[in-house]
Amino acid sequence: MPVARASAPRKVIDARGTFCPGPLMELIAAMKIAEVGDEIEVLSSDRGSASDIPEWIRKVGHELMSTSEQEGVWHVVVRKAK
Amino acid sequence: MRILIVGGGMGGTILANNLARRLNNELKTGKARITMLSASDKHMYQPGLLYVALGRMTPDELYRDQASLLEPGIEFHVDPVDEFQLDKNQVKAKSGKTYGYDLIAIATGSRPVPEEIPGLAENSINVYTEEAALKFFQTISRFQGGRVVIAVGVPHKCPMIPPEVTFTLYDYFKNRGLADKVSFHYTYPIGRLHSLEPVSKWMEGEFAQRGITSETLFNIKEVDGKKRVVRSLEGSEAKYDLLVAVPAHKGMEVIEKNNLGKGGWIPVDRNRLNIEGHTNAFALGDTTNIPISKAGSTAHFEAEALAENLASIVKIGSPTRDYDGKVFCFIEAGKDKATYAMFNYNNPPDPKPPTKSIHWFKMAYNQLYWTSARGLL
Ligand SMILES: Cc1cc2nc3c(=O)[nH]c(=O)nc-3n(C[C@H](O)[C@H](O)[C@H](O)COP(=O)(O)OP(=O)(O)OC[C@H]3O[C@@H](n4cnc5c(N)ncnc54)[C@H](O)[C@@H]3O)c2cc1C
Repeated sequence: MPVARASAPRKVIDARGTFCPGPLMELIAAMKIAEVGDEIEVLSSDRGSASDIPEWIRKVGHELMSTSEQEGVWHVVVRKAK
Repeated sequence: MRILIVGGGMGGTILANNLARRLNNELKTGKARITMLSASDKHMYQPGLLYVALGRMTPDELYRDQASLLEPGIEFHVDPVDEFQLDKNQVKAKSGKTYGYDLIAIATGSRPVPEEIPGLAENSINVYTEEAALKFFQTISRFQGGRVVIAVGVPHKCPMIPPEVTFTLYDYFKNRGLADKVSFHYTYPIGRLHSLEPVSKWMEGEFAQRGITSETLFNIKEVDGKKRVVRSLEGSEAKYDLLVAVPAHKGMEVIEKNNLGKGGWIPVDRNRLNIEGHTNAFALGDTTNIPISKAGSTAHFEAEALAENLASIVKIGSPTRDYDGKVFCFIEAGKDKATYAMFNYNNPPDPKPPTKSIHWFKMAYNQLYWTSARGLL
């Protein structure tokens, strides 16, 4: 029997060690094809992403759910708000 | 073992040729079979489109017959795939024929989708198809002066196109004696001029020398052709007389239609390139969801790693190596100079100042490409 889920599964972008096009660019691309309410988690080994991504999110008006660092990898979770 | 390769572009062609050489004996004895299905009997050298757009090459110089690029022993059909039935190990093609396989590799590439942004397709020029490149040249050759805006969407094919198109177009107008009549304004989606930080730093200097202005964190939202203004998702706008777009791309419709990946991007393992949930189905080149450049060189290095793995699956039953994220990109820097960036998952790029010799190497590569596609380089 199918089980009802509160939210769609979170999409993960594994951008560890990728230098081009870069974690923020990947997130922007993924946001375009996501549905409102979807959550996307970006994994990045680039310290800059921890400030870049929140800056863009604020500017555009999406929701920053969390940021954390685990062993040199930044996990940034974003929710598409519009 | 039956190996099916879908797509006869850069990735598919290098993979097929590399495999055919590794499996020479197996092909002769009938132990292995390689079949390629593509949408066209021609192969286009896509980077040449930039030169077509600037009037330096004509479109006929960009094409070769696909069959002539393939090693003997590879079966080639122009029969685009319509349905991927990965659970049944088969695909259905346009002709109505079904092709079964033991191993499949999908390399169907990507396409620009300017029509997805209101007003963009009608009001801008780009270099991404033969038709667009010709329109690009006709438009710039009629242009008599004004403000040129370069606006970049994501994701796009070839991360070097934004700087290349800017610098080469700048030179084009300068050569026409219009330097004083044309100004350049460059916009980019993230908080610097290029996704590669060292390239971005280098561009800052080059922009300063040429008086090129810029705005970062600018993602194209819509274009108002009447007012000649492009607006960003972030709430700002840029006025243009000539709008040059690097439009966002998607994978092929057929990928999305078959539920292989949203936006036409197929989720694969970043080292082994197998499609998530499948051990005998792989994807390479532009169509994967791996966050690295959608570039011919990515397709090339992925194809080499995958060829080695598919050949070892045939020979010893399991893959033997990982793709390490290697990419190599030339960067045309105008004034007959060029540089390059090389990197992988673990080592960042470190582009050097542009030189004439790298520009000439790139010119030579435009011809050497055909050797590279044959898998010889
Ligand atoms: C203007 C421009 C400049 C570029 N400059 C550079 C550069 O300097 N350096 C660089 O590395 N890269 C560059 N690139 C990018 C490079 O050309 C692509 O990244 C590369 O071709 C991708 O290879 P691919 O095999 O994934 O796809 P493609 O080479 O695009 O091949 C896709 C193939 O799939 C086939 N196909 C499509 N649909 C189907 C179907 N349903 N069934 C079967 N077959 C199908 C097509 O016919 C085609 O043969 C540039 C691209 C452009 C447009």
